[in-house]
Parts: sequence; structure tokens; C-alpha cells
Amino acid sequence: MRSCDALVIGGSAGSLEVLLNVLPDLYAEISFPIIVVVHRKQGADSLLPSLLSGRTTLQVKEADEKEAIRPGVIYIAPSDYHLLIENDHTFSLDYSEKINYSRPSIDATFESAAAVYKKNLVCMLLSGSNADGVKGLQAVKAFGGTAVIQDPKSAQIAYMPAQAAENVKIDYTLSIKDTAEFINLLSRKKAP
Amino acid sequence: MINDEQVETLLLDMLEKYGYDFTGYSRASLKRRIHRLYGLDKAVSFAEFRFKICNDPAYFKRFVEQITVNVTEMFRDPAFFKTLRNDVLPKLGTYPLIRIWLAGCSTGEEAYSISIILKELNLLHKSLVYATDLNPAVLEKASQGMFPLSLMKQYSENYILSGGTQDFSSYYTANYSLAKLNSELKSKIIFSTHNLVSDRSFNEFQLILCRNVLIYFDRDLQNKVIDLFDNSLEELGYLALGTKETLEFSPIAKNYKRLPSDKIWRKLS
Repeated sequence: MRSCDALVIGGSAGSLEVLLNVLPDLYAEISFPIIVVVHRKQGADSLLPSLLSGRTTLQVKEADEKEAIRPGVIYIAPSDYHLLIENDHTFSLDYSEKINYSRPSIDATFESAAAVYKKNLVCMLLSGSNADGVKGLQAVKAFGGTAVIQDPKSAQIAYMPAQAAENVKIDYTLSIKDTAEFINLLSRKKAP
Repeated sequence: MINDEQVETLLLDMLEKYGYDFTGYSRASLKRRIHRLYGLDKAVSFAEFRFKICNDPAYFKRFVEQITVNVTEMFRDPAFFKTLRNDVLPKLGTYPLIRIWLAGCSTGEEAYSISIILKELNLLHKSLVYATDLNPAVLEKASQGMFPLSLMKQYSENYILSGGTQDFSSYYTANYSLAKLNSELKSKIIFSTHNLVSDRSFNEFQLILCRNVLIYFDRDLQNKVIDLFDNSLEELGYLALGTKETLEFSPIAKNYKRLPSDKIWRKLS
């Protein structure tokens, strides 16, 4: 497998359960940043990072604008902003129109990351009930990156990963229980 | 897909042909906006797209309007407006004339929100709200004070969450699909063009609001604009930024004290 410079995970309804299951099994050191874009209700802001940080020894934080993206950190897209990535590997926030009825939009982050990390990007689309992320995965593939989906059969709501499977040449389809191992293998660092 | 080099070409064109300096803007968002417009207007080629921007002033106007983000709403972030209502504006009530600058006002929703609070605090008669934007097209829209009726339900909910106790629908009259805000709310707002990148300070204020504008600027431009605000703010005046923006990285931060909640800083005397 190619070296991974960034992993971006997008999810909507039913994806939180996956994250809560996967995070505890990740290595204590991961050699790339993990950027998480999850649809949620506006205003439920600071809850998600604290919820997730209880499940992992990795640092979990909400992404700040202009923040330098560091390996081994899990960044959460803030609610009600699109999260974009600059060429110098810092975050930008954007409050433009909702995309696929969503802000943050998974497409926006996938597309932006694709242009920056190109073939060393891995994007993973989880459970959800709309098609956000599908166009983004197409962009990831166009730049030579790796597209991964949660196995629709294991998804609480299969629509989102199923749409991706139908419209994108997917590299890996993962069950929930295989996901942590997949991420650990992506990481160049060995288990402690 | 518009590439990085093409973005830079267009930024230089804008500067040379029209004197609009966007070179301090964060590129990821700008690139997205340009790419979006390119698709929206079904441009045949980059060369054609560029030619139109450079040679058709009407299209250039559209270009500027479309690559800047003009998404806003009334009483967005209700908790913020609650702090304005309960803490900030009452403190300013002791001044004989309250001068407020709303920088990057877009289509005016926040300006009218502030007017409503000033009116309810019985301060509107002695206030002036300077609402500025670089974009003449959005100011035109702002000064009309008309918004889609379909949005009023959401705005009414925001208003109530922000501590409003009146009947929100008393602030507008429905006109087919539009809600026209009462003209009294506009009486103390001055809509005017001002470009934060190139224009200077034009007055002294007790409150400056600039929310979700700095996120589109690079760090140098952010600091330059924060300096501009600092030069335009009286001692003990307030500076309000967006939920994800901060003074923290600016050299002037030491002259300011942040309110415990919200992204509001008070200038020390």
C-alpha cells in the first residue's frame, strides 16, 4: 500500500457508532493526521471532540483555521463551517452555501484534500443517508488517491457508501471490525 | 478543475485591471469559489473565462460577487446576539451617540438584527450603524431590506434564542414571497462600500463587528485588518469576531481583554 500523508473520514447518520468502535483500537502513534467530517446538528459544537477523545489516546481536537496539520492528531471539522486544506498543510474554514444540504460538507473536504495530498491521500466514507462524499471520492481518485468505504452491509444507513460504490472505483470496502486494523497498517509506525 | 497557477493569474488580473487586491485571501476557499463559478457559468475554456473577467466590467462585478462568500442570516449564533443584548450594548448606552461598524455586512441581515436589538433597548434613536462591504451588489440588496419570507421562521427562532421577547413578525410586512423589514430599522444604518484590504479607517467606533470575514484572509492580511480595527476603536470599545476567529495571534492582543463567553474583546484604556 502507498504511503499515506492524510486520512480523511466522512460520515453522516450512523457514522458515530463506527468512530466510537474504531478509535479505541488505533495505535497510540499514527504517522499521519486523521481528519473527520461528520454531519451533525448545528450548535452541537464542542460535544463531538470530547466524546471521541474519551475513546482514544490520540489527541482529538476541533480544527482551527490556519492551524498546521500535524500527524497523529485527530481533527474534527467544526459544525456549520466547511473545512478546507491549503497547499501548506494548514486548515481553512469556509462559511459558503451548504453542499448536499450539509455544512460541513464531506465533498468540500475530500476535494480540497485531494488537490493537496494527491496520491498519498486516503478518504473513507461511512454510513449516511445522503450522497455527500461521492463527488469528493471521485476527485480523490482523479488525483490518484485511495477511496475506501464502509461496507454498506455493515452500515446503519447504507445509502451513502452504496452511492459511492455505484459511482466510484472503490479501492477497499471495510467492515467495522476491520477498519482499525486497516488504519493501523496505513501508519508507517509499528505497534508499540 | 481550475489549477493553482490559473488562480494566481486571475488574482493578478484583478489587481492590475481593476485595483482589487485578493492576493491576501486564503487560496483553498478562493479556488473553490472560482471553480464553482467556472462550472456555473459553463465557461468554454480558461482563456475565455479570463478574457471575460478582464474585458467585461459587468461580468467582473459578477465574478467579485461570486468569489466572495455572502452567506449570512439574521441573529446567526443566537448566543452571540444575546451577549450583545445583555452585556455589550447596555454598556454603550451611556454614550450620547453610539457608533457601530459592521465590516463585511454582505446582504445586511446582521445590520438589521442589531437595529432590532438597539430598538428594543431603546437606543436606536442615538445610534449609527455603518454597514460596509467591498461589494456594491450586496449593499444594493442590503439597503432594500427585503428577505425571503420563507426564511422568517428560522430568523424568528434565532431571534427568540437570542433573548428577543417581542413578536418577530411585527418587524416586517409580508409582500408575496418577500418580507419587507420596517423602514424604521433602516433609519440608522448607513450602507457603504469599504474594502478592508485597501481602504483606511474612516471613523472611531465603540463597537466593531466583523464575523466570518477574517477566515478568508491569510495571517498577514488578518493582522493588517485587525490593526485597522484597532485604529478605529475607542478605548473601552468592543471588537466582535466570528465563532472560529481570534485576536490571539495578533500583536495587539495584549491591549484587549476577552469577554468570558463569545468572541468579543474589549479594548483596555
